[in-house]
Amino acid sequence: MTQIVGGIGTSHVPAVGAAIDNGKQHEPYWRPYFDKIQPAREWMAAEQPDVCIIVYNDHASAFSLRLIPTFALGVAAEFQPADEGYGPRRVPAVAGHPELAWHLAESLIGDEFDITIVNEMDVDHGLTVPLSVMYGEPEEWPCRIIPICVNVIQYPPPSGKRCLSLGRAIRRALDSYGGSDAEGLRVAVFGTGGMSHQLQGERAGLVNTAFDTAFMDKLIAEPDAGCLRPHTEYIREAGSEGIELVMWFVMRGVLDDRVDEVFRMNHVPTSNTSNGLLILRNAQ
Amino acid sequence: MAAARDYDDIPGTYVFDGRQSQQGYHLNMFCMSLNDEANRERFRTDEAAYLDGFDLTSPQRTAVLKRDWLGLLQLGGNIYYTFKLAILDGLSMQDVGGAMSGVTGGEFAQMMIDGGRSIEGNRRVGESAGTHSSAGHTS
Repeated sequence: MTQIVGGIGTSHVPAVGAAIDNGKQHEPYWRPYFDKIQPAREWMAAEQPDVCIIVYNDHASAFSLRLIPTFALGVAAEFQPADEGYGPRRVPAVAGHPELAWHLAESLIGDEFDITIVNEMDVDHGLTVPLSVMYGEPEEWPCRIIPICVNVIQYPPPSGKRCLSLGRAIRRALDSYGGSDAEGLRVAVFGTGGMSHQLQGERAGLVNTAFDTAFMDKLIAEPDAGCLRPHTEYIREAGSEGIELVMWFVMRGVLDDRVDEVFRMNHVPTSNTSNGLLILRNAQ
Repeated sequence: MAAARDYDDIPGTYVFDGRQSQQGYHLNMFCMSLNDEANRERFRTDEAAYLDGFDLTSPQRTAVLKRDWLGLLQLGGNIYYTFKLAILDGLSMQDVGGAMSGVTGGEFAQMMIDGGRSIEGNRRVGESAGTHSSAGHTS
């Protein structure tokens, strides 16, 4: 049976990726953020998951308004960094895990989660920046990766409740995995996006750290209550792009009802965003 | 007219719902085309000719050519799409954030360093004075 090493909630701010790619981590603007996340990187290095399931959103890269799957699961052996308008990030290609990904597809659909199955999909900063956050700049990513892409660009995104339920269905799939490498396979799950931020309109630049703190508290202690927060409350209180936070509930759903908080960080600003990083594990 | 939504009273915010998406489909798909380097080069060479390949309204076309970042949203643009045009111009999200909220990119960046735009006074239209760009400096 697979082993759940933990759940990671993290922002996926493109400027963080650019700071890493361009060697700016030690500049005064960036150093406090990178200093703060160092313990999380050490945790990741110690835990060494074999597979990371990364729940993220595409930003008009692999998908566009032409086709908008609410939940899409990447089953390919490899995913390339996307060109988002300035050429692809110079980061390693992402190695998938087709055997486990196809098991997830079969289990989820059998569990009435009618997920979209994707064989060809470039991955953008929504997926690669969380890898850079946790791993820095390795030659190759030290794990295999299963992308789960959630629509949060075209309103309405799925509800927090649906995301929590999806996470629980993924957990049932992981618990029933009997693939060739299943015994002791170490799996981490990422929920990405957020925290409070608004990129658009006259209200651009909105930050609400009180919301961010309350969001994390409730995600940890009362996910079944926290997931009921209406979309309009995210938009109003956490900014139009803060609604990405629903994806953290997928991560939370994979974990046990009771979790321990391993690490928490919130830093304002990275670019236009309140940047959060949270690590949870099943209660010991 | 489409029914009102409970987020319509949030100031300075263009929720990209079905109403916006219908209006902005071709505009956003033009922006999407800029993911391809060959298309970026064609657009740089002759913007007006390149736009002829997309079914934009006249106001949308003008907003693209004038880089009217706020106008693009009001005409159905989505920020993740319109930002591809800003990337082509070498602008940052803070430059665009400033342009949409009536300050310079530098002033916008400083507002972020100072903690960002405060939520206080920015939840609802008419909630208090300064629901728009000036409110950020109160944080």
